[in-house]
Amino acid sequence: MKIGTNARKKQCKVWSRAGSVSLLCGRRKRKMAFPQPRPQLPQLPQHLLRTVDCQQGAIRAVRFNADGNYMLSCGSDKTLRLWSVSRGTLLKTYSGHGYEVLDADGSFDNSQICSCSSDKTVILWDVATGQVTRKLRGHAGKVNCVQFNEEATVIISGSIDCSVRCWDTRSRRPEPIQILDEARDSVSSVKVSEHELLTGSVDGRVRRYDLRVGQLYVDFINSPITCVCFSQDGQCTLSASLDGTVRLLDKSTGEMLGEYYGHKNNSYKLDCCLSNKDTHVLSCSEDGHVYCWDLVEGSLSFKLPVGKAVVQSLSFHPSEPRLLTAMEGRAQVWGAESEDKTEAE
Amino acid sequence: MVFLRFGIVFQQSFLNVEGRRLCGNMASDSEEEQDFVSFGTPLEPLEDDAPLKKPVPLHEQTVKDEKGRFQRFHGAFTGGFSAGYFNTVGSKEGWTPSTFVSSRQQKAAKVNARPEDFMDDEDFSEHGIAPREITTTEDFTSGRRDQIRDKARALISLVAPIPGDTLLEDLIAPARTSMGVELLRKMGWKEGQGVGPRAKRKPCTQKPDGGPRVYGCALPPNGSEESEEEDDYIPENVTFAPKDVTPINFTPKDDLHGLGYQGLDPQQALMGVSSTGHIDLFTLDSDRTSSLFGDGQIRRRAGMSGQAFGVGALEEDDDDIYHKDTLSNYDTVLEGEEPGDGLYGWTAPEQYNQKKKGSSKEFSYLGKILEGFTLASKPPEAKMIFPPPDLPRDYRPVHYFRPVVDVANASPIVAQALLASRGQMSTESQDKGRHQLESSQRRQLLGESALKGPTSVFDLLDTKDKERLESIRRLAEKRRTVAVLPEENQGPMVTVNTVSTTANFSQNALSSRFQSADSEQVLSAWSSPTADTARPFRPFEKNPEKQARYDLYISKLKQGQKDALESSLDPNMTEWERGRERDEFMRAAMLYKPSSSSLSSRFTRAKQDDDDDTVEVPRDQENDVDDKQAAVRMKMFGKLTRDTFEWHPDKLLCKRFNVPDPYPGSGLVGLPKVKRDKFSVFNFLTLSESDPGDKGNWCAATAPQGTPKTAQPGKKSRWDVSAQAEPPKDPLSKFLSMARNEASASQPDQSREATSTPTPESKPEPLEEEETRPPMDLFKAIFASSSDEKSSSSSEEESDNEENESGPEEMALTPHTILPPSSSAVPEVKPLATDPYLASCPPKDPCPQEEEFGPRLPPPSSSSEPKHQSSVSPLMEKVQKKKSKEKHKAKKEPRHKEKKHKKKTKTHKGKDKKKKKKKKQKKTEENTGSSGDSEDSSSPDDAVSTEELLKRLQSLRGKELQ
Repeated sequence: MKIGTNARKKQCKVWSRAGSVSLLCGRRKRKMAFPQPRPQLPQLPQHLLRTVDCQQGAIRAVRFNADGNYMLSCGSDKTLRLWSVSRGTLLKTYSGHGYEVLDADGSFDNSQICSCSSDKTVILWDVATGQVTRKLRGHAGKVNCVQFNEEATVIISGSIDCSVRCWDTRSRRPEPIQILDEARDSVSSVKVSEHELLTGSVDGRVRRYDLRVGQLYVDFINSPITCVCFSQDGQCTLSASLDGTVRLLDKSTGEMLGEYYGHKNNSYKLDCCLSNKDTHVLSCSEDGHVYCWDLVEGSLSFKLPVGKAVVQSLSFHPSEPRLLTAMEGRAQVWGAESEDKTEAE
Repeated sequence: MVFLRFGIVFQQSFLNVEGRRLCGNMASDSEEEQDFVSFGTPLEPLEDDAPLKKPVPLHEQTVKDEKGRFQRFHGAFTGGFSAGYFNTVGSKEGWTPSTFVSSRQQKAAKVNARPEDFMDDEDFSEHGIAPREITTTEDFTSGRRDQIRDKARALISLVAPIPGDTLLEDLIAPARTSMGVELLRKMGWKEGQGVGPRAKRKPCTQKPDGGPRVYGCALPPNGSEESEEEDDYIPENVTFAPKDVTPINFTPKDDLHGLGYQGLDPQQALMGVSSTGHIDLFTLDSDRTSSLFGDGQIRRRAGMSGQAFGVGALEEDDDDIYHKDTLSNYDTVLEGEEPGDGLYGWTAPEQYNQKKKGSSKEFSYLGKILEGFTLASKPPEAKMIFPPPDLPRDYRPVHYFRPVVDVANASPIVAQALLASRGQMSTESQDKGRHQLESSQRRQLLGESALKGPTSVFDLLDTKDKERLESIRRLAEKRRTVAVLPEENQGPMVTVNTVSTTANFSQNALSSRFQSADSEQVLSAWSSPTADTARPFRPFEKNPEKQARYDLYISKLKQGQKDALESSLDPNMTEWERGRERDEFMRAAMLYKPSSSSLSSRFTRAKQDDDDDTVEVPRDQENDVDDKQAAVRMKMFGKLTRDTFEWHPDKLLCKRFNVPDPYPGSGLVGLPKVKRDKFSVFNFLTLSESDPGDKGNWCAATAPQGTPKTAQPGKKSRWDVSAQAEPPKDPLSKFLSMARNEASASQPDQSREATSTPTPESKPEPLEEEETRPPMDLFKAIFASSSDEKSSSSSEEESDNEENESGPEEMALTPHTILPPSSSAVPEVKPLATDPYLASCPPKDPCPQEEEFGPRLPPPSSSSEPKHQSSVSPLMEKVQKKKSKEKHKAKKEPRHKEKKHKKKTKTHKGKDKKKKKKKKQKKTEENTGSSGDSEDSSSPDDAVSTEELLKRLQSLRGKELQ
């Protein structure tokens, strides 16, 4: 460690910082015997842990992997990069797309990554080798969103060509298993749960395909949907739309449980998400902040000042209060305060 | 050598271990983040925004070998890289011979040039022409010796110019035995013996193989000696190994030796299995025989000897240089080979043949059986070999595939021929549209009985007239057949002697016009090489013969024939038909001319047929968007904003999601779809084409009324959208049936009753008559409907009540006032004119208001309009109507207009109420479309042309009978 810190140069700031953080953190945990003075209320990622300059153009999306230890950043320079979240080091660069990468998702076992791009393709990567396992062509336009199913046997991709395609990762079949072409406009967001597909479309509708029941539920929002997601308990759906509102809908009835506004979202496809314990709703904003509302009360809990530009994407850690945001070419990791303190010392 | 190899192996394994350790480090660094300590400075991540590497310019793209010399590549087929200096041994300066070395001081050492001296270093590399690699020497290879090589060597030695040349090498070669040999040895086999069970031999046959008799010079074997031997060694219980078999030599004879010349038998020499029991390699047969003959002295010669070798000066005796052959060495009789012969030649040895029968006992190889093995107690079952089946005499071992032709794509002629050949002419393919059927065919389909009375106009004619007509027709036919023949060759029509000269003239003009400009164009388009011939458009698919003609035409066009059109038409058709078809073909060819390949690759075929009247539409339709928008505005998410559809996931998708298939039996995927009437402009166009006369009439009738029918289809109203969801094939008949239902439910139309005051009791009459043909009075009533309608309409306004739907249609009455039909004078029509049944017949198309305001959203100012209208003069009415139309078009401000009307009109009591009611109704209507329809259909409209009404009645009748 000593050697590393002594020898560090200006350029490798990111790396060294990350290293020291992790080390100190470990030490401190061992030392601490007294209870933490912080209230045990839901911790929120309000403190900037580190900034990663991804150096891959504008970051179109940042995503945690399944266990939250790694980060995927989709760059506009056609590359996809895998980072260690805790140290901020680049682990791998996946290049093979023909145009900017728009979304990515990691499989449950971290062995595969799927990504989609403006070049109309969806690519399945092998994580370790960085090789393209499969290149799925078929969409007629750029592919906005991509998602693995639970067992990474199917890739669901939504495209500007109004269709959602379900690709089989098991077989070598070049065409999708099924094409869901119910959307009347570009599909901006897709999420997959155990047996459901949730799609948000620019035609202002949130569609939920229930495979078990064999039903399609269409909820009308009347404004282009930019992002949809399931709540952690799977009972609600969250949808952000271009009218600057994030709505929490009951999954079974379609009734609105909550409405969250205050942020600015008029033109860009911005992400929204729920916190790891479903206590808060977070959304990107075009004014350079990440807004966080209390889920039940609907009141604004805090605003994260990320920067001056549009916060393009965000991703919440699956189990810890940690947040990833992407603005321009940087990805930022936000966490609860403790680590921040140690860093300051 | 060995040590070296081991060393390398150790080193490699060490490297492996280290590599693994390195890998382990790399893998674990992501896992244990806490305790990870990283040393040194990490490499910077590759900077991608750094200036990209410039592509290497062409002149720098060179290939160099290991030593950095340029290599020029001149094509894989011309030898790959050039060698030396432009494939020469020279250099840039030219070829330099080796430098001169003066031999005065020192004698130039004699250089023994080897091929390697002229090779480049690359040639010795792995892929060079003389690769030098480190291999194990033969001493350390596995015990198996290269049998093929051995045999090859043996053969070489046989054929070698100096026979037995390799003998010495073989003799000195280290003993290498293969595993098989070792096994055999363990089982008691000895070299020189044959392989196989030991046999008890008759004494006479066991003559030891007395060396090869190849040399021929030997005297006939000494019988006495053999008898001696057999006397000596014949213990009863001794078995003998079979004799060794020399592999049959298939090498062609390409030397100049005599037949049967064999040189030394290497095997004999090597194995030393000669009669003498020791190796006597270097003695000739003659020596041996002489020794046998008794002098007993075996002399050895130093050096090589053989048939071809002369006798050296040092040799004492020069016996048998001039080798003589005797005939006794050759067989004089063709017979089975001697069993004792070592060389069996082409046939299997006789003894083996004999043995086949009772040889089950002969397993005794030797007492020695390998450890762990026993002899099989019973012999392995002989494989049953079944003879191949007898082939029928006319069997030909070639399979002919029945040609599989996609009937949809193949030309109809081919399809028909195929169908006919199979003997199953399917009628479905010939299924014609509704409009192609004749009335009698339709009747047959519907199961109706024929109408009474004359079926055709001809029935009404006199017999004399009929005859005249017949004669005219025959004459015409005759002329046509005459006319057709010359026309075939002449191309454009030039005949004048057809029935109607005027028609022909116009025809001529038309065809010549097409011929002049368009045909050239068409020809150039189709005969171009880029013409996509794979999937031609088939515009006349419904009429196979016509399509066939069209195909012929196209194919001729492609060949570039100028008279393609004329020659492909059917000469048996009438002139008029031919003319029409000519135009059609020309137009079709122009329209669907092949796009150039680059362009056509950008398009795909339509998923739905153009000429199909139906569209695949999702079965469940989404609820009204307006409602939802309103609900969203009120933030009433939930039922109002949610639509639920039946959705069929793919089977595989369910499998991948580990979910049971919700619809196990259904082969559907996605939303269930239904075939629906296509609601497009083209629908209307084809309709007018299908029965032009009727339509034309209709148009003529409606045109003066000022309802611009043609503008209708282009404009799409909300009603259109909903209609797309609901009306099946025949919306009109549906409306009618609805209306009938309502009528039968005895909900008398109040207003109608008011107007039809004269005979209210006539109302039930048509209900009874629904089954039968409507009475003549009915038609008359239709013809006379308008004049009194006008008067009644004004009275209707006063008696305005909850019949709100009747409002807008009233407007449509006005045209009749402007242009009353001529038949309105008929007096007796009155009673039936307003019977509810007829009145309930809704206007399908003629009324544009109806288009605008469908059942869903009734016009907001429905009742006000008529009132207003009634107060205006007829001329004004026209203007007013247009105005109102415009109003409906501009949907955004209906309320505003409504207010205006409110001001103008004075008495409306129920209006506001109505409005509210309608609003309430709106929702229910949307949910239950049928009710909306019924309400709509109950609205009367009298501004229908007589033809239209007739048509409706007919269709109604049709429905009834169904």
